[in-house]
Amino acid sequence: MVTIPPPLENNSTVKRFVEKFGDALQEVVYFQGETTLVVEKGRILEFCQFARGDDALQFDSLADLTGVDRMPGEPRFEVNYHLLCLSRAERLRLKVRISEKDGKVTSVTSVWPTANWHEREVFDLFGIVFENHPNLRRILCPDEWNGHPLRKDYPMLGYEEAAPSPEPPTKRGWYSTLSD
Amino acid sequence: MSEFSSFLLGTTIKCIVVIAVLIGAVAYTTWLERKVVAHLQIRWGPSRVGWHGLLQPIADVLKLLLKEDMTPGQASKFLYVLAPLIAFVPAALSITVIPFGNVAHFGSQTVRFQITDLNVGILFIFAVTSVGVYGVALGGWASNNKYSLMGGLRSSAQMISYELSLGLSVVSVLLVTGTLSLGQIVDLQGGRWFGIIPKWNIFVFPLFISFFTYFVSAIAETNRLPFDLPEAENELVAGFHTEYSSMKFGMFFLTEYINMITVSAIATTLFFGGWHGPTFGPLWLRGILPLFWFVSKIVAFLLFYIWTRGTLPRFRYDQLMAFGWKFLVPLSLANVVLTSLVVAWRA
Amino acid sequence: METMRFNLESGQVESTAGKAETMILSMGPQHPSTHGVLRVVLELDGETVIKASPDIGYLHTGMEKLSETKTYAQVLPITDRTDYLAPMSNNLGYIMAVEKLCGLQNEIPLRAQYVRVIMVELNRIASHLVWLGTHAMDIGAMTVFLYCFREREQILNFFEAACGGRLTTSYFRVGGLPSEIPPDLVPRIQKFIKEFPGRVDEYETLLTKNPIWLRRTQGVGTISAQNAVAIGLSGPSLRATGVDYDIRKKEPYCGYEKFEFRVPTRTEGDVYARYLCRVEELRQSQKIVQQALDGLPGGPIRADCPKYVLPDRNKMKTEMETLIHHYKIITEGIHPPVGEVYHAIEAPKGELGYYLVSDGGPKPLRMHIRGPSFVNLQALATMCEGRLVADVVAVIGSLDIVLGEIDR
Repeated sequence: MVTIPPPLENNSTVKRFVEKFGDALQEVVYFQGETTLVVEKGRILEFCQFARGDDALQFDSLADLTGVDRMPGEPRFEVNYHLLCLSRAERLRLKVRISEKDGKVTSVTSVWPTANWHEREVFDLFGIVFENHPNLRRILCPDEWNGHPLRKDYPMLGYEEAAPSPEPPTKRGWYSTLSD
Repeated sequence: MSEFSSFLLGTTIKCIVVIAVLIGAVAYTTWLERKVVAHLQIRWGPSRVGWHGLLQPIADVLKLLLKEDMTPGQASKFLYVLAPLIAFVPAALSITVIPFGNVAHFGSQTVRFQITDLNVGILFIFAVTSVGVYGVALGGWASNNKYSLMGGLRSSAQMISYELSLGLSVVSVLLVTGTLSLGQIVDLQGGRWFGIIPKWNIFVFPLFISFFTYFVSAIAETNRLPFDLPEAENELVAGFHTEYSSMKFGMFFLTEYINMITVSAIATTLFFGGWHGPTFGPLWLRGILPLFWFVSKIVAFLLFYIWTRGTLPRFRYDQLMAFGWKFLVPLSLANVVLTSLVVAWRA
Repeated sequence: METMRFNLESGQVESTAGKAETMILSMGPQHPSTHGVLRVVLELDGETVIKASPDIGYLHTGMEKLSETKTYAQVLPITDRTDYLAPMSNNLGYIMAVEKLCGLQNEIPLRAQYVRVIMVELNRIASHLVWLGTHAMDIGAMTVFLYCFREREQILNFFEAACGGRLTTSYFRVGGLPSEIPPDLVPRIQKFIKEFPGRVDEYETLLTKNPIWLRRTQGVGTISAQNAVAIGLSGPSLRATGVDYDIRKKEPYCGYEKFEFRVPTRTEGDVYARYLCRVEELRQSQKIVQQALDGLPGGPIRADCPKYVLPDRNKMKTEMETLIHHYKIITEGIHPPVGEVYHAIEAPKGELGYYLVSDGGPKPLRMHIRGPSFVNLQALATMCEGRLVADVVAVIGSLDIVLGEIDR
């Protein structure tokens, strides 16, 4: 059974999740007034469906969805879902941890359509694949971009700048010459 | 000097003078527009070139002439060059039949301030200006740009639809005056009722409705706000002239302003008594004053144009067409019927 | 003959046989009314939009990546450049997230909070003015634009007086304000605020009851409340559908609970409703600024928390301990405790969230900006499809997007 930090012991939202999911709820964190539920990766979609559909929870809005790269920590990636219940003005963070080898998580676009672009962004910048996403393409970087910029092992200047190729630059020639 | 050669000489001189004055008027209409709109919008407008920016139009013309003249690679070259000409020439032609002053006497010579008084003057104007649509439509098509194409299509649809109500609104005037010659229409508007109200057509019973339909259609016909859809810069970048540059663009630009002046001149002629106005003083002043009244009436219309531009948002394409076909055309048709009844009753 | 066409959604080449012949129009990234570098790929049948797919990323500058290499204090100027029409709101969102991370939420002195509210609300007015001007210009009314910019200019002057910056303010600091506001600023703002309702009337005279404006905006770009929540709309765009959610009211920060103001809502969810909501917000913001100016308390402008907040400069010169704290903060930066926070504020465009992850070091492990424009833009496709090209322009204007925030 997951340990619940003292400030959240009487929190009905957390209770509801514990009742429903039990061990699939891996960890409950309380920090600066924010509640984070760390969720078993395979069951995130269920969690989200429950959070949105349950009458007592009604998290009808997904405020934000974003990734974190904790390299060299393991598991390396996190995906955070910032839920918002409009009627109670309550916020909740769901978190899944994803190992580098795996690098996949189920898309929640079926629960909140707004997740569409957020997931594309996380895919673009972290390389985390969202399964069952309707249109998983890069969104901010150009389609032919090499690498995922927000990964910690991606150099600040991009791969081409950090290690210039020996042959003269062709494709993004103008960019490579900027640092000279 | 034979009569024919003196006619030829006189007409040539008049043509040259009118064209020169017209181009100058266009240049200073742009100045007026920029200045007035600027002051409506709490700005100064052109103020660097010359006193209050009075030389700005000249600088603009020089800029247009000296600019690189580009033709898009995929454009249909012949039509691309032809289109601005097709738009420009009819616009300039239509001014020929408009009387802009009374008869003046220079020594033994009698000069009529009108290039030619065709007996079908008003029809001539409509015939000639309808050709202008081709310029816009072809220009939009020949540029091979999607925005231009849409602009061209919009404007051909718009100009054709509004030409209908424009023509219909003029019919009422013709019914009342019984002539197609613009000179005679003006002559008929001389004098006053009860010594106060001028006998302008606008004050004849159903004709103010014609004036309303005429002027609204005219704004649409000249592609000005709130009907400036062919060049709606916020949707279509610059509409049919997106790809045009240098003097080819200048031609379209000239056309737009000449058209503005022409429709204002026609409105003045048909509804506001043309060059009629109080005349006094010595003979030379009596010759010049009608010209002055004519020009001031046109300027008043131009100011109205500019004022609308500074105030109103733009219609949407479908709303514009609906407005034309469902409101203006029925209204002008009804007005024609009404006018005929009035004329018949009076007769 | 069979023709082939590139499908933008799937990235596949498909046959167009059996379908109506359509035209693909790439609107932007250089287009007068896509508000920056937005590109919308429109599939048109005549002038009717069959499909609208926004294409973003032309302004992507990697702000989130850049933030990971900077100390908490150095990140602040980056936030100005996201939504460059509302730099104060972005500063506030970020600074409040850092304060939350450090556990300083309740330490901020009252005076600093009031000045924050004044600046942020003035910024809301400025941002809404740019929106109003550009939106009206998109629909063809040029004059409103210049009237709006006249007032915005004054607000920018206030910003300049307070912090030296007009567009990139980088104003607030962790724990309060960098310096005291100039003494003549309050009367200047007061004068402006007194005149302002009259100015709003002026804009409204030109638009609110104008028949052409009504025709162009009513019933255009409609979205239901349910769809709006699902697609994540926030701010005035959400409230125009009837969902009364304003973070200032529901999750008050910075002492917003002390001020009296109304959150305007409409139920139509069209362009006109969004217009009315924002115009009413102009008036409400004016009221908030008025109240904040009237009740502006004295006292310190920075929290007394030596580990995270720079000390007073005079104290620093006289007290040894304070000097050490100052030295530590300047050379090393602050070290918030390990943890993560998400702090959302009501920016002019909607919910602006800053998500910060700290690993205990002087630089954030992750800084994520939840820009309202990014999420709101997702609604564009639903709002435009089946309508005309001219409506696309009206809808983009009514969503009030800033590309700096979308692409980050």
